[in-house]
Amino acid sequence: MPVLGTCPGGDSVGQTRGRIFFFLPALILLAAFVVYPVINTVWLSFQTPEGEFSFFKNYAEILSEPEIVDLRGFKRGFPYGALIHNIMWIVIHLPLTVMLGLILAVILRDVKGGAIIKSIIFLGMVTPMVVGGIILRFLFDGSVGILPSFLSLFGVARRTLTAHPDTALFALILGSLWLWTPFSMVLYSAGLETIPDYVYEAAVIDGASPLRILFLITVPLLRPVTGVVITMTFLWVLKIFDIVYVATMGGPGGASNVLALQMYMYAFRQFNANAAAVVATFLMIVALVVSIPTFRALRGDES
Amino acid sequence: MRMAGQKTSRTFMLHVVAWLLALIWLVPFLGVFMASIRPLSEISRGWWKFATFTPTLENYVGAWNHPAAPISRGMMNSLKVAIPGTIFPVLAASVAAYGFARFSFRGRDFLFIVIVALMTLPQQMIAVPLFRIMNKLGAVDSYAGLMVVHSAWGIPWILYFMRNYFSALPIEVEEAAKVDGASDWRIFLQIVMPMALPAVASSSVLQFMWVWSDFFLALILIYSPAKLLATQRVPLLRGVYHVDWGILAAGSIIVMTVPIIVFALMQRYYIRGMVGWVSK
Repeated sequence: MPVLGTCPGGDSVGQTRGRIFFFLPALILLAAFVVYPVINTVWLSFQTPEGEFSFFKNYAEILSEPEIVDLRGFKRGFPYGALIHNIMWIVIHLPLTVMLGLILAVILRDVKGGAIIKSIIFLGMVTPMVVGGIILRFLFDGSVGILPSFLSLFGVARRTLTAHPDTALFALILGSLWLWTPFSMVLYSAGLETIPDYVYEAAVIDGASPLRILFLITVPLLRPVTGVVITMTFLWVLKIFDIVYVATMGGPGGASNVLALQMYMYAFRQFNANAAAVVATFLMIVALVVSIPTFRALRGDES
Repeated sequence: MRMAGQKTSRTFMLHVVAWLLALIWLVPFLGVFMASIRPLSEISRGWWKFATFTPTLENYVGAWNHPAAPISRGMMNSLKVAIPGTIFPVLAASVAAYGFARFSFRGRDFLFIVIVALMTLPQQMIAVPLFRIMNKLGAVDSYAGLMVVHSAWGIPWILYFMRNYFSALPIEVEEAAKVDGASDWRIFLQIVMPMALPAVASSSVLQFMWVWSDFFLALILIYSPAKLLATQRVPLLRGVYHVDWGILAAGSIIVMTVPIIVFALMQRYYIRGMVGWVSK
């Protein structure tokens, strides 16, 4: 609870006390339905199913389960385990989101009808992820999907891309890129608007080429935006669940499994609350570590 | 002259690339839309082929009145969660945000940072205990329970967004009102909130979209077939012996229309809410 001290302006004590009611509804909700469950999950992650405290034993066990990390994958291909899949997802998705978002924002600023194109691309952002999963499943379907049919023109055997171990994860990553790029595009577009015209005018007078302007002026000036895009994208990919659940259920044979889905499986299919808590806590720690730089920046802004 | 020619061709190329990208982005949506208005026989030949083209609303009727998972019911259920699940957290978070912006007390900044840090939590982090808590409260499989969880979950970012907005408002008006003897609540309700309506709109639109689109929390807390929300019903529209793409596509589009309409009407506020992360 906040300690309400004296306030500038010499308010009466009664009024200062009343201020606690500004905070109560929000704090009670957060305490009961966010903070308490979080602490409880951390606690569960250190306990055996019998309720004994076991330090990091759960972590050592769960994080070496084949559904989390499967080193045999490096010899025989998918599945590599949910953790490795998440890492692959981030390694592929993150740089492409940053680049595509920036390129789209820069191109569409100068193109006639750019606003219309932005609205089309933005559709992915307002699509519920469950629907996104269905759309991807349809897009990649071997018999009715347009992508396998298109690829068959180039001699690629027509098959359901989400149903084969070697393509399922990559198909989902491609789909997530399609759904998420609008986020970085919108943020970069807003960032571009904050760069004053005279900066560009000076560069044009100096005879700088468009590529030089992009890399020497636009990109450095947009660095704060890039920071936010990277953090938010990382967090989004880390928690990815809906589209995997709907499009592949982590399959075939765990080839597109991810941590968030595995956590759900542990908790609500295998009823192993402790294993689920380990995965969830692991996700939380990664999420917090990744967001620290952004929080620093947010805090820096205040002073 | 040559320079000008180069520039025109570059502008032309830029337009080609831009519209090509737009097309690529549109194709998956176009696919579901086409599948939703065509009979299955035409979909199986490829939705992009138009040798025969018989547009029909049958799939929409089928999804709307689906025997196992009628989308009509799901839409009503989702509204029952999403509307209070938007109003409640926006109110609770706005009030607290004003407190964080204007009242000073010991530990204020620390408490604020803790709340902001809650934004990064994955929902998986509360899933297991949440089910147990709701079970104890008798609120499993109830909209009230789900609504309360969505409210709590939405508070950190709404609070963050609203506090930044309140902090940027000119404090002079509030100080003048205080000199005239107005109470904190009066100042907040009669002076500050009317000025903050655009921010209230932004946070409401985003929160509504999130609650409407949510799948994970609903999956954990709601399980009676009659109570399933719209997002939970869409995957159930898959046929039994073969995938009924037409009905699946129509159901998907029905569920999408609500966020699309909200976006179309409130685009400005939606974008402002999203961009709230970068510009202050």
